This record gives sequence, C-alpha cells and structure tokens, in this order.
Amino acid sequence: MDVCRAVAAAMFGDADAVRFTPLTAAQRFTALQSGEVDVLSRNTTWTTTRDTSLGLNFAGINYYDGQGFMVRKDLGVTSAKQLSGAAICVEPGTTTELNLADYFRANNMDFEPVVIENTTEVTAAFFSGRCDVYTTDASGLASARNVSAENPEDYVILPEIISKEPLGPVVRHGDDEWLDIVKWSHIAMIQAEEFGITSDNVDDMMDTDNPGIKRFLGVTPGMGEALGLDEKWAYNIVKQVGNYGESYQRNVTEKLGLERGLNALWTDGGLMYAFPIR
Amino acid sequence: MSSTQSSSSGTQPLLALIYDKTFRSILYQVLVFGGVFLLGWYLVNNTLTNLEQQDIATGFGFLEREASFGISESVIEYSPADTYGRALVVGILNTVKVSALGIFLATILGTLIGIGLVSPNWLLRFMGKTYIETFRNVPLLLQLFFWYSVVTNAFPGPRQALNPMAGVFASNRGLYLPVPADHPAWTAALIALILGLIGAFLVRKWALKRLEATGEVFPYLSAGIGVAIGLPILAWLVFGAPTEMNTPSLQGFNFQGGISLSPEFFTLLLGLTIYTATYIAEIVRSGIQSVPKGQSEAATSLGLKPSWVMRLIILPQALRVIIPPMTNQYLNLTKNSSLAVAIGYPDLVSISNTTMNQTGQAVEAVTIFMTIYLSISLLISFFMNWYNKRMALVER
Amino acid sequence: MTNLIPNQNRPTTGSATHRSWRWVRENLFSTPLNSVITIFCLYIIWQVLSTVVGWALINASFASTKDACEAVSGACWAYVHQNYRFVLFGTYPLDEQWRSVLGSVMLIVGMLVSMNRRFWSPWLALAWLVWLALLYIILAGDVFGLTRVDSAQWGGLTLTLLLAVVGIGFAAPLALLLALGRRSEMPFVKVVCVVFIEVFRGVPLISVLIMASVMFPLFLPEGVTINKLLRAQVGIIFFQAAYLAEVFRGGMQAIPSGQYEAADSLGLGYWQKMGKIILPQALRLVIPPTMSTFISLLKDTSLVVIIGLFDLLGATKSAINDPAWRQQFIEGYVFIALIFFCFCFFMSRYSLHLDRELKRGM
Repeated sequence: MDVCRAVAAAMFGDADAVRFTPLTAAQRFTALQSGEVDVLSRNTTWTTTRDTSLGLNFAGINYYDGQGFMVRKDLGVTSAKQLSGAAICVEPGTTTELNLADYFRANNMDFEPVVIENTTEVTAAFFSGRCDVYTTDASGLASARNVSAENPEDYVILPEIISKEPLGPVVRHGDDEWLDIVKWSHIAMIQAEEFGITSDNVDDMMDTDNPGIKRFLGVTPGMGEALGLDEKWAYNIVKQVGNYGESYQRNVTEKLGLERGLNALWTDGGLMYAFPIR
Repeated sequence: MSSTQSSSSGTQPLLALIYDKTFRSILYQVLVFGGVFLLGWYLVNNTLTNLEQQDIATGFGFLEREASFGISESVIEYSPADTYGRALVVGILNTVKVSALGIFLATILGTLIGIGLVSPNWLLRFMGKTYIETFRNVPLLLQLFFWYSVVTNAFPGPRQALNPMAGVFASNRGLYLPVPADHPAWTAALIALILGLIGAFLVRKWALKRLEATGEVFPYLSAGIGVAIGLPILAWLVFGAPTEMNTPSLQGFNFQGGISLSPEFFTLLLGLTIYTATYIAEIVRSGIQSVPKGQSEAATSLGLKPSWVMRLIILPQALRVIIPPMTNQYLNLTKNSSLAVAIGYPDLVSISNTTMNQTGQAVEAVTIFMTIYLSISLLISFFMNWYNKRMALVER
Repeated sequence: MTNLIPNQNRPTTGSATHRSWRWVRENLFSTPLNSVITIFCLYIIWQVLSTVVGWALINASFASTKDACEAVSGACWAYVHQNYRFVLFGTYPLDEQWRSVLGSVMLIVGMLVSMNRRFWSPWLALAWLVWLALLYIILAGDVFGLTRVDSAQWGGLTLTLLLAVVGIGFAAPLALLLALGRRSEMPFVKVVCVVFIEVFRGVPLISVLIMASVMFPLFLPEGVTINKLLRAQVGIIFFQAAYLAEVFRGGMQAIPSGQYEAADSLGLGYWQKMGKIILPQALRLVIPPTMSTFISLLKDTSLVVIIGLFDLLGATKSAINDPAWRQQFIEGYVFIALIFFCFCFFMSRYSLHLDRELKRGM
C-alpha cells in the first residue's frame, strides 16, 4: 500500500525501505498489538471498539468505503432485500461480519454465514458456488470480481451499500510520535493533491513563491523538524509515491475501475480534506 | 547414609553438605522452583505491561456482551443478539457434536477394517492394509481440504441438487434428509427407547446374577434387544402411528425443512472418521491377535457355542488390550476436530478465534479454549485410569 | 526329510502353477463366504483402480501448458509443470532458489545419515548442530556474498522439513529432561514436569500454534519481537517435547527395577546411573515409537498453514486459489499428498525394520 511507502519515504527518504507482512483479517490486530508490524494498512474500518479496547490508533482515513453484496447474475437477484435464506460468504473477525448480522436482523431476514479465514479462501468458496452471496467492502467486491472471477461478467454487485466503512492506517497505542508521522504522511498526500503537486512537477514546485507550498516541501524549514523528520519529508513522499490522486488512479481506478466518489477532494464534492500543514 | 557421610568428613562440612542427598534434592527443587517462579513472574509482568501500555481491554466481561456475529449451525438456539458467552457454548457443543459422531463412526469403520486385517482372505487383508497406509501417511488437514474442495466443487448448486432418493437432496450447500414431522408419538417413542435401554440393562444384570447363582442360562441379549426395540414401537403405535414426514424442499436460495448436514460438518466428520479409523483398525487387529489361539480352542472344547466363545472369552480379553489405546484415539479425534477452523465449521477454536478478533482479547480467548480442551482431556484420562483399575480388579 | 515326514499336501510340492493355484484356493476361496468376499473385493479394487488410473494416466494430459487440458477429462498435469517451483519452495526469491533446493537436500541427507545405525553416537547431535547452522546460513544469507532472504519468504518443502527436523531435534533433549523430571523423587520437580507434559498433551496443536502466533509476543518485553516462523517452531518444539517425554518415560519404565537397584548398589550417583546404565538401554527401546512421533510431527507441520506460513500445504492452497488453476485442485492436493506419503511411508517402513533389528539384537 502506498501509505506505508509514503511513511518510509518521509522517514528514510526511500519509499522502498518498508517490509510488507501479509496478514489475514483474523491475525491483523494481534500482529499489530504484538509489535510484529508497526502500521496496519489493510482495509481496516475505524470503529469505537477498535479505537478503545483493542488499543489501536487510527491515523486518518484514506478510503471511504461501504459494504456491499455480490451475487451471480443468473440468480436474478436485484436487491439485497431479496437475500433472505441465502448462504453468505464472509471473512471472520471483520466489521463486515457484524454489519451483515445487523442488516439481516434489522430487515427480519435469515442467512447462513459461511465464514472462512483469509480473503482468498472466502472468494474461492464464493466462486466455487459454496455461497450465493459474497459480502465485503465495495472495493473488495470489485477487486474480487476483477481479479479472481473466471468471468467477471457473470457477477453483479447489488446497489445497496449497508454500512459506512472508513478505512485507514492503524498503529498501536503508546507511541505518539509514530502516530504523528503516519498521520501526517497520509495528510501530506492529500495536501499535495490540493496544491496540485504531482510526482512529475514536484521539482519545479520547489521554485514556487507560494509560502504554503514552500513550507510543505521544506523549502521553508520547520515542519520536518516538528515531526522529527528530514525537512524534505513531504518532497520525498510526493516524488517517490505521488499525491493521493495519483495513488488512487494507480491502485483503484486502473485496477478496479472505481470512480473517486466520496474519495474525491472536498473541493470536488468528496470527503478528502487535508489538515493545514503549518 | 547422609549421617555417616557427614560425620566421616567432618573437616569439610560444606563439601559434605553438597554431597548430601537430601540437601541436594532440596537445593535442586529450590532452584527449579525459583526458575519457574521467576520465569512465570517475568512473563506475566511483561504481558501486563504490554496490555496496559497499549490500553488493551482485559478481563472476562466481554462474555456478557452481545456477540452480534452469525453462526452457521448450532445445536442450541443462537442468534447474533446473544452474548459471546453463549457463542462459545455453541462452539463447545459443535465440537462435542462432531467428536461424538466421529468417534461413533470411526469405531465402526475401524473395527470392520480391523476384523478384515485378521481375515483368512488375503485380498481382504491387502485392501485393509492399503487403506491404512494411504490415509495414515497423508496429513489430516490436507485430507480435510481435499474433501472440502471435492464437496464444494463436485456437487451441483441447490437448484440442480442430486436427488438419489425421495426426500434426500445433495448439493454444495449440504446434504438434506427428511425427518418425521412433529408429533407427540415420536417423543413418546424416544422416552420408551430410554426406558427400554434401562430395562435391557436391568434384565442383563438379573440374568447374570441368576447365572452365577443357579447356573441357568437366560437369553438376556435377545430379550434385552426385544425390550429396547419393542417398547418404542409399541409407544409409537399407541400414539397413533404417524407416518407424515418433514421433507426438505427448495425455497428461495436453499432447501427448507428436514435436517441438513452442512458441507463443513460433513467434510470434518468424513475426514476425522477416515483418518482415525486407520488407527482404530490397527488397535483392533492387535487386540484380537493378542488373545492366544489356545483360549478359543479351550473354550470350544469346554462345549461353549461359538457366539459365547467370542462374547465371554475373546472379547473381554481383547478389550483389555484395546481400551487404553482406543481412549487415546478418541482423545486425538476430539483434539483433531479443532482443525475445523481451517474449513469454516464453527467449532470451539473457530468461534474463539472470531471472538478474539472482535474483542481484541486474545489472552482471555486462548485461555478459555485451552482450559476447555484440557478439561476434556483430563476427564477422559481420569475415566481411562478408572476403567483400567476396574479391569485389573476383575482380572485377579 | 521325506522319510521322516509323510508326504503331506505341503505347498513345496508340485509345479509352480500348481502351487500358485493352491495358494489362491487356500487364501481366497477356502469357503463359500471367502469366495464371495474375494469377488466383492475384486470388484471394489477394479472400480477404484479404473477410476484412479483412468483419471491420472489414461485420460490425463501431460503437456506442459494448460491449453491441452481442455480436450481431456482426466488430470491436467500441466499444473505440476507450472507450479512445482512455487509449491516446493514457496515465495523464496526465484534467482536464489538453488539455496532452497540445497536446504531440502541437506535436510534429507541429514535424515538419511541419521537413520544409519553406524553413526549413532553423541557426535551425531553435534554434527546436526553444525549442519543446521550451515543450513541457516544458506537459507538466510546476508554473509559470504549471499543476499539476505527473510524467513517470511521461506516456504514449501524446505519449510515443512525444517519445521519437522528442528522440531524433533530440539524437542528430544527437552523431552529427556521432562521424562527424568517426571520420574524424579523430588515432588516439586515432578509437579512442574507433569503439569508441562499434561497441559501440552491435553490441548490440540492448533491451539498451541495460535497461542504462539497471538499470545507469545505479549509475553516478551516491549520492543523485543521474534519472527512468526521461530514462534511457530518454538510452539512445535514444546508440543512435541511433551509427547516425546511420555515415550521416553515408557522406555525408562520398561527397564527392570533390578537395573536401577544394581546401579544403586554399585554406589553410582544419579547422573551416572541414568547416563551409563538406564538411558542407553531405555533409548534403544524407544527408537521405534520416537520414529512414529516424528512421522506424526511431519504430518502435523501442515497445521502451520492456519497461522499463515507457506509450507507445502500453504503454497498449494495459494497455487490453486489462482483462478487459472482453480479446477486443478485435485492435482494440487494429490501432488503434495504423494510427497507426504513418500516421506511417511518410507519412515514407517524403516521404523518397522529397525524394530525387528533391535529386537534381534537383544
């Protein structure tokens, strides 16, 4: 994920100075709690329980998602309200699992959960026909359909989005400086897009007169020192990873074919809003 | 010994002390105790510090909170509105369910194969051996994955379900079987069956007592079976002999009505049965072969009928050899049922796993399920020791 | 001979066909029931064989790419062609894979050498330590110009063998101490050992692995972390030690009490008594059951897939989750089932052979 590379770029000046550890949904929090990983940049939803009793800190929101349903086209289902009695594939230990139960309870419907650890297993079970429905975040559905389905045309994603899933990087309680670094690396990517700085023009931008950009890129020093980082931290992020828009284009639009939607900048009607870097 | 040594080497009391057996024993124990205590204290202290520093919730209070996740199959009533505590109970019961059925089926299959292994027929022995070698030398988990893939891939969806017999449907959603529709007659028959079994047991006790006292033989086996089967049938007839069945039928996405075996349950049961049967077969074979041939020859020459030879002479002796390793296999099967977590059957470990992810309280969740497995194991070992003692008493 | 024993119907008489005919009659058709069983068995064997051979050989495609598989109804062995590297060596970097191959070969050679009775001596343990250290250098690298390969990337057969061999190697000394402790007369030492053994024997391996992957890190002081592979390995060692301790205890119990008493009356101390008299005898007795413990361990290492390590089974699972190979799951599982089978079968045969040889030697 680009967030991790951004943090690495900010800290070490090298976006590749990061070690990725693949984890299943069920292992992720314990891996973070135990210090096996330092930042969890998975599709982790920000919830009260996780913020408090799990001992986690969310560093921001880098993707506004929502939970949806995917079914085979030939079932002829057009709405989630028709799913009573269906066998539903879901990953254990996720908010998805809880939202699913809530949604069916609220609508007085039954379902048979088929819970299998690990995303690839769940998608495999769905595509082999073990369940009628696969539920996860809409981006996850799109990704499963594009990557794992033999014929993506055979599947439809139902229009209902049953939950709000603000996803973001997570760190553990107890290290506030680390939290700050992750938080501001993330904000820097959004800020860069607001300023219109991209990985291509960041070098030209160094000569700008705009005081905000000068401060951002470390031409006017101060911000890096405040975070305990090199003054060129934001420059490194943008140069090596790109701004939020570039990252979105590369990872989401091209791979999954999803529009910006809620994830557009606030100036374009979305929710992405950078806090002032000063 | 210690006193003689210390007096003879009184010049070096310290050295003598080191060579003193009792002293050394105490010293070792103090060292071990100190080591274990320090290690334990160190680990607990680290854990507490870590938990506190990261503000991770502790305690068992979460058991009272609403679980709000669904469980696909349950012996007792369960809905997402129930507590984590109840969800764990569902897990325990699911573990017990699959283990009990697995033990039952594996014993039958294993015994049949074990008898095949001592058969005079070479081909039958060969087949038995091939079966054992094949399934014993491949990891159980691999077999489970294999069967699960076969079940979910090879069977058609519910709308094209196989229908081998009227009312029986097999699809990749599971196996659906008809059950008798609700009627008081079935409850009555069940009660009668229990009474019948108790009756049969009492008849056996009485018959054996009479045999010892008077030497008269009473055919308690056939009488007992008669009572155990006759009573329920009688009860069923008296209450109106209902024959209506609750057959599964396709409604919406899946079959409704009847009873269902989910693919996960079915796979787990199949895998555990096939795997454990290989071990049970070997145990049964060695049990039967442990009884010397002379025993059955002697019994026959005393004029006992062949069925009596088996029941009174061979079986009791073979069972003494069979029971201890058999209990071990039952225990292994129960522990192996925890592999359910890999194929998504909601057993104890699987539900604990979900619980620990929803609550973040790994320490508590792991403690709970380890304690439960430990209690089951200890219970079975106690039973085994008790049984062994009882057998030993009978022997002398 | 012929003079002493009247010419009975012994199998040694008659022509070869006559003899085999007699064998068939005695072993397959001795009674009507036996004949029925034989015919029934033949039918089942025919069914199984025709299905298996038909699928695996006759109707199978042996081409190296998947295109040819559309035309056949049987197995698609292109799966093995395309995936064997991944299944056998996991995510180990492609250019460095010879190191993983070498690792597997080293482990197998080590096992074969250890099976030879000529090499059984305390030196073998030392040799293993050196061998394993060498193996670690080869796999992990970072010295002698070898690039560093993180242990998270180790996988496949190498990982399976490594977990099993290191597991039994380190479990054995621990198990010996536990077994001695359990038979000790010191009550506290005994209690500690009994609790350790019973706890680990009483819970499933998967719970030990979950504990190792989830709880173990919380036991360590802040800032100290141990990687997942090592944690799983420690869990396996503890679990295995508890089982092996009971095997060893069984061996010690089998030594007649006269041996203990004789050693005592010679005035030998505890360690001398155990090291020179009891253990050499007891350990000979427990070699066959130790072998079968090792076989179960080899099979049980497949459980690490549940905590997310890429052993043989884990690698196969991800290979067949690729949509291109999703239909080839049977080929995938059969391929590694054969690998496991070869190892386990060979070792159980060896254990039987050893059992016979040791019995003869006594």
